[in-house]
Amino acid sequence: MNARETNAAAVRSDAGRLQGRSPWQDATAGFRRHRAAMLSAWILGAITILAILVPEFWPNDLDEVNWDYLGSPPTTENFLWFGTDVNGRDMFSRTFYGARISLTIGVLTTLVALVIGVAYGAIAGYQGGRLGELMMRVVDVLYSLPALFFVIILVTVFGNSFLLIFLCIGAVEWLTLARIVRGQTLSIREKEYVESARSLGLSTPTILLKYIIPNVIGPVIVYVTLLIPINIIVESYLSFLGLGVQEPYTSWGRLISQGADEIGTAPWLLFIPASFLVITLFCFNFIGDGLRDALDPKDRTR
Amino acid sequence: MLSYALRRLLVAVPTLFVIVTVSFFLIRVAPGGPFDLIPDLDPAAAENLRKAYDLDKPLVQQYGNYLLRLANGDLGPSLAYRDRNVAELISEGLPVSAQLGLTAIAVGLFFGMLCGIVAALRKNTAVDFTIMAIAMTGVAIPTFVTAPLLTLFFGLYLGWLPLSGWNNGQFAHIVLPVVALALPTIAGIARITRGSMLESLNADYVRTARAKGLPEWKVIARHVLRPACMPVVSYLGPAIAGAMTGSVVIETIFGLPGIGRAFVEGALNRDYSLILGIVIIYATLIILLNLLADVIYGYLDPRVRRK
Repeated sequence: MNARETNAAAVRSDAGRLQGRSPWQDATAGFRRHRAAMLSAWILGAITILAILVPEFWPNDLDEVNWDYLGSPPTTENFLWFGTDVNGRDMFSRTFYGARISLTIGVLTTLVALVIGVAYGAIAGYQGGRLGELMMRVVDVLYSLPALFFVIILVTVFGNSFLLIFLCIGAVEWLTLARIVRGQTLSIREKEYVESARSLGLSTPTILLKYIIPNVIGPVIVYVTLLIPINIIVESYLSFLGLGVQEPYTSWGRLISQGADEIGTAPWLLFIPASFLVITLFCFNFIGDGLRDALDPKDRTR
Repeated sequence: MLSYALRRLLVAVPTLFVIVTVSFFLIRVAPGGPFDLIPDLDPAAAENLRKAYDLDKPLVQQYGNYLLRLANGDLGPSLAYRDRNVAELISEGLPVSAQLGLTAIAVGLFFGMLCGIVAALRKNTAVDFTIMAIAMTGVAIPTFVTAPLLTLFFGLYLGWLPLSGWNNGQFAHIVLPVVALALPTIAGIARITRGSMLESLNADYVRTARAKGLPEWKVIARHVLRPACMPVVSYLGPAIAGAMTGSVVIETIFGLPGIGRAFVEGALNRDYSLILGIVIIYATLIILLNLLADVIYGYLDPRVRRK
């Protein structure tokens, strides 16, 4: 029996109990097989849960001064597992409060970028013609500028409230998404099902929302997992330079900046938040890799 | 090639104009002004200051004035350092930033390509895995983490190098900032070089070169390396932009008197004219250096050259 006959026989004998698998089930199964990505997902999940729980339930508050433990290295006493900073504030509490801020900003900025980028790219790709060209030229011009400078200007201009920081970062980081979505849209709008939707007289917004955007979502998801760490870094840059989150609140960038100032006397103040930041960045990158492999239909050899 | 470069230069002018306009109005809609930070300032004196710096006129008129002065090459007076003008501040800081940035790019190119080539030639060996693991770490870790760590080990524990300061670009003072700034570039270029080397190692013309009996080093030097350089050249544009943003942080960490640090201080002081001046300088540099990278690309790639 050659391969095709074997296959056909297998299909016949399975016909009774065989169930169809949706592309999402395929992708989930593919992702589960990616060990590094799965491990990263577990680690990220743990950090997220700690970021939610620690600031609420930990015995030491993030701005509470422990007078007996000024600048203490990590110890088992009084739950000061990560030590204290020079003002005697618990680093365990601060690290996970920082995680809360950094992760929230990373995710929210990416959502802002996602909405702008997908809408912009889909419209530019679907409309095409002069308008599409013009829209992409605008992206090219913005692309040639280093984003961080514009974020710095925006943050200076609008002050550094939490809300505005993520709006500013999101407003700058949507360019690559717009390019990806436009590229995909250009090919999708020529497909028969879009043509049939048009011939049914559906409006352009309906076509965009129901036919175009759901079909560009694969590459978008992959890029989103890579954009979250980029945005965490951008926020950290800002906080590092003193333009981001302000006292008593904190983020990983701010903790790292304070740690860098005390590096000679209290190196754990740098090592702990820096390790968490780096681990998180790695996790997002691995998850991105896993998703890319799982969502790529060309790679369905399993 | 020349007409292509000229066309790109022509596009650069409106691009710069847009950048200046957007930055100008963005900065001015901000609540608060450059004189808010002076303690106990008499309201009348504040009014006089605003008048002296043209800030009391309607915004559009200020914009017109700024463009007129800009056309004459005048970037205006600094609002925070009131006895200096922006051109002076930039001309003091730019050589520092340029020396830092260009050295970092050169170091990044050299070591990045070296690592990439070695990794590709020793593909799937321990050498390859080590280099690529380090490169992945280098891409993932931001400079504001590596810089303090480098200072800790080489400056504090080993005591080999000074912790901060510029000291007129003395070699010992420039080593740590350059290394910290070059690491992401090294990592990025190493990954790209490895990928493109592997691709061109499998190309038909390389097999032909081997078949006609060329010694291996000649095959590598003449037939593999040149096409493998192309993606590296096109990566130079983003690498330059990365080095510039990176230098903002590096200059702040190491206390170097460059325009990156001046930019951050300007942003904190609301020194409108200084921020605008530095944005213009950075944008011009990025556009010009990207253009240079594209011209080099066209020069190296015969397919582009002929068009």
